[in-house]
Amino acid sequence: MSTDKIREILTSHGRLTESVDNLKDDSDLYQAGLTSLATVGLMLALEDEFDIEFPDSVLSRKTFGSINSIADTIEDLTD
Amino acid sequence: MCNSHSTIEGQYDEYREELIAAGMLIPSGVSGVYGLSGTFEGIIEAFERYISRQGAPLKPEVMRFPPILNRQTYLSTDHIETMPDLMGSIHTFKGSQREHITMVNKKEDGEDWTTELAPADVMMVPAACYPLYPTAANTVLPEEGRIVDLRAFVFRHEPSPDPARMQIFRQREFVRLGTPQQAKEHRDYWLKKGQEILKSVGLPVKAELANDPFFGRGGRVMAATQQEQELKFELVVPIASNEKLTAISSSNCHLDHFGKEFNITTQDGNHAHTACIGFGLERITLALLKTHGFDLKQWPDEVKAVLEL
Repeated sequence: MSTDKIREILTSHGRLTESVDNLKDDSDLYQAGLTSLATVGLMLALEDEFDIEFPDSVLSRKTFGSINSIADTIEDLTD
Repeated sequence: MCNSHSTIEGQYDEYREELIAAGMLIPSGVSGVYGLSGTFEGIIEAFERYISRQGAPLKPEVMRFPPILNRQTYLSTDHIETMPDLMGSIHTFKGSQREHITMVNKKEDGEDWTTELAPADVMMVPAACYPLYPTAANTVLPEEGRIVDLRAFVFRHEPSPDPARMQIFRQREFVRLGTPQQAKEHRDYWLKKGQEILKSVGLPVKAELANDPFFGRGGRVMAATQQEQELKFELVVPIASNEKLTAISSSNCHLDHFGKEFNITTQDGNHAHTACIGFGLERITLALLKTHGFDLKQWPDEVKAVLEL
């Protein structure tokens, strides 16, 4: 899936210390300044945008650790 | 046939009623808020003296804070973001004569009179170490860091039939402020020492990796993060239920969370790390009563000797 939308939401809700444009799809978002609290805001924004609900089983640090990992999870949920 | 949920609720009700019948807990009409008997309070005092003796070699600074803290201090922590459902915000009446009559009339008519209240400058203390950090704000720690001995009533809005889940209870804490290594050493030292202390009074504790009760679905991500980083350990023991164990102590690493928030730095200019051990005094007393019975005269001699009872 295209990661443009995810990047857009990361920019508005991720409160990262680095510009999202400088991140690769596999960059570690926690290294880029993603906090636990910002993860919650990010999660809710992704749910609204993609009309999904992350089940408890994927609510882990790993799911939100990179753009790729977010995209894979969303793909699994929208299959 | 009972399911496990009703069984646990039943165990809570049974043990709570036993404690009330024995006069140990004095009910208030609100779940999780009790008066305590002289015997109960005497055990807390004896255990606290024991903790003081155990902590004395570390030469901690002793500080005691009231159970309310500056609203601004509260907002400088991330409690409102992470555990909003547990907070206690103190409100009072600041209105005019006319608004006073409105409030009293609402009360008389059984309406919601609290809409006439306004926030005071204080919040209930959620953890005994919270009032400490602003006192260290904008300071550089000495090379050896600081160790502070704290005790306070703390408030958590979680009404429960479980007698061990009180809304207001005392935490005795030893907090370390220092380098990452000093903080981690403190946590590891007290995780071991805490088990020794509790086992020495006959409590069969075990250590478990734990997480704070973060709010909502987002809280699950925070909890998973905290567990992955192994930041929190609890010492658990059976109290009202043998299946669902109760945490009576916890050892926590806060990393540089408070150091950053309050600009507390170490000699090398980095933000200080903090760590703490907390003993839940009412829960420890409940665990002692559960393990050794309500008649202190019948407690094992070695436990009485350790507690100097």
